[in-house]
Amino acid sequence: MPNTSVTLSTLRLDNPVIPASGTFGFGYEFAEFYDLNILGSISLKGTTKEPRYGNPLPRIAECTDGLINSVGLQNPGVHAVIDEELPKLEAVFHKPAIANISGFSIEDYAYCAELFDADPRIGLLEINVSCPNVHNGGMSFGTQPESAAAVTKAVKAVTKKPVFLKLTPNVTDIASVAKACADAGADGISLINTLLGMRIDLKRRAPVIANKMGGFSGRAILPVALRMVWQVYEAVDIPIIGMGGVASAEDVIEMMLAGATAVQVGAENLVNPWACPQIIEALPAAMEKYGIENLKDIIGGAH
Amino acid sequence: MKQVTYTISENKPLTADVFRMTLSGDTSAITAPGQFVNLKLDGLFLRRPISVCDWDADGLTLIYKVVGKGTEQMSRMEPGEALESLTGLGNGYDVAACPNNPVLVGGGVGVPPLYGLAKRLLAAGKKPSVILGFNTAEEIFYDMTFAALGVNVTVTTADGTAGVKGFVTQAMQGGEYVCACGPEPMLKAVHTLASGGQFSFEARMGCGFGACMGCSCQTIAGPKRICKEGPVMRYEEILWQKDKSIRSEE
Repeated sequence: MPNTSVTLSTLRLDNPVIPASGTFGFGYEFAEFYDLNILGSISLKGTTKEPRYGNPLPRIAECTDGLINSVGLQNPGVHAVIDEELPKLEAVFHKPAIANISGFSIEDYAYCAELFDADPRIGLLEINVSCPNVHNGGMSFGTQPESAAAVTKAVKAVTKKPVFLKLTPNVTDIASVAKACADAGADGISLINTLLGMRIDLKRRAPVIANKMGGFSGRAILPVALRMVWQVYEAVDIPIIGMGGVASAEDVIEMMLAGATAVQVGAENLVNPWACPQIIEALPAAMEKYGIENLKDIIGGAH
Repeated sequence: MKQVTYTISENKPLTADVFRMTLSGDTSAITAPGQFVNLKLDGLFLRRPISVCDWDADGLTLIYKVVGKGTEQMSRMEPGEALESLTGLGNGYDVAACPNNPVLVGGGVGVPPLYGLAKRLLAAGKKPSVILGFNTAEEIFYDMTFAALGVNVTVTTADGTAGVKGFVTQAMQGGEYVCACGPEPMLKAVHTLASGGQFSFEARMGCGFGACMGCSCQTIAGPKRICKEGPVMRYEEILWQKDKSIRSEE
């Protein structure tokens, strides 16, 4: 039996497959479809200090091999996540989960990080400095190396758990942002968040999405994600969680060869709720086909 | 929710752009009228949510209007073709919560789920009446099918080419308990006249099963997902916003 286990800093995963934040809610609702404990971990819905309803509808637009979303970080706020959502997840998922934190100020990030640090159900903090769907926050922290580093430092100061910065692809030089995070003490990098995109309704002659623009994800973005994981792997020595368009066991292997230690599956969950278990079940055969005995041996193997 | 691969047994136009598709296969996940299925169509990334018109143990009926790429593709499918679907999605109408004489109010392509509802209300010993609204006579469908159930049917057309001239509200007395499905301006107008009931909403959806928050709306009881806690909302919980829709800005 090939070995699929990988380690993200201090967090050991049975396999590298993790449902991506924003495509899996707080996890427990997928327990209706399969046993969640097959998953490496779960990256939870993006969480902010205060509850957020999010953006007006429509929030979704179809694209070729993908979709645009503009949900706008709808979530019940960090206190409700810890008090109401995590108990429901804990009942069906018995591994450490990944908290995904967004904010509108550096203090917001630290506030949530401190609360999740105290929670034994959380094994890793993914700091989202890349949400394209909120104004004056989210992505604005991730487009400048200095502000990404400032968020990293503030979060690292309040937690002993591994801190991964989730980066936006909507920058000219992803490597410099990743390097700034690593230099500021980040334990790892998650990438990519969605690509800023748009669709226009021909009949109405207006954007499909109420917020005009949104984040493009789905199978179509795999090549962009691979390129950026590759560039970040070249630039930093910390582990990478790769994501963007992953839909098969072969995609997982490709992402790991580019430099990812673990891999998140996002948009695919929305059209195939069984995507993650199907990928995990297909991994051993795919590994055998490509002569891989120990999955962690191939991390960055294409460099 | 279940994943089922259905076989198309019939796919025929009812009007110029409204089609009826009957599918055979497992319907065990469908538990209430007003629920929907989410169809996987070749070459399209997102599934297409379509309300269930009616169902029995062996299959189901969908009535859909050709409005875009997905429904246009559906209209060209032939009997015998397979159609993969997630079924039994959403809450549907609560038959038990309806009084003895509910008024079912449908507008255009909002009419279909009311047919399955009417049948189940009758089976529960209730006596629904039906108001069906269309733009014009040529767009009318299912009025005779409802009448064949033995329920009282009133048709309205916006241009007066058939039935009562005007919108569905023209045929309402006011103060009724309604089960409504149709475009949002219609739902809003019906909600204003009615004294109670259940209202089914439509939205562009990402997943259709509650994962993505793509179709959330504000309600009196906080945010709800149209695909999961909806599409049917209770009269009391609907929160109309300034823009006359349940869609809200923060």
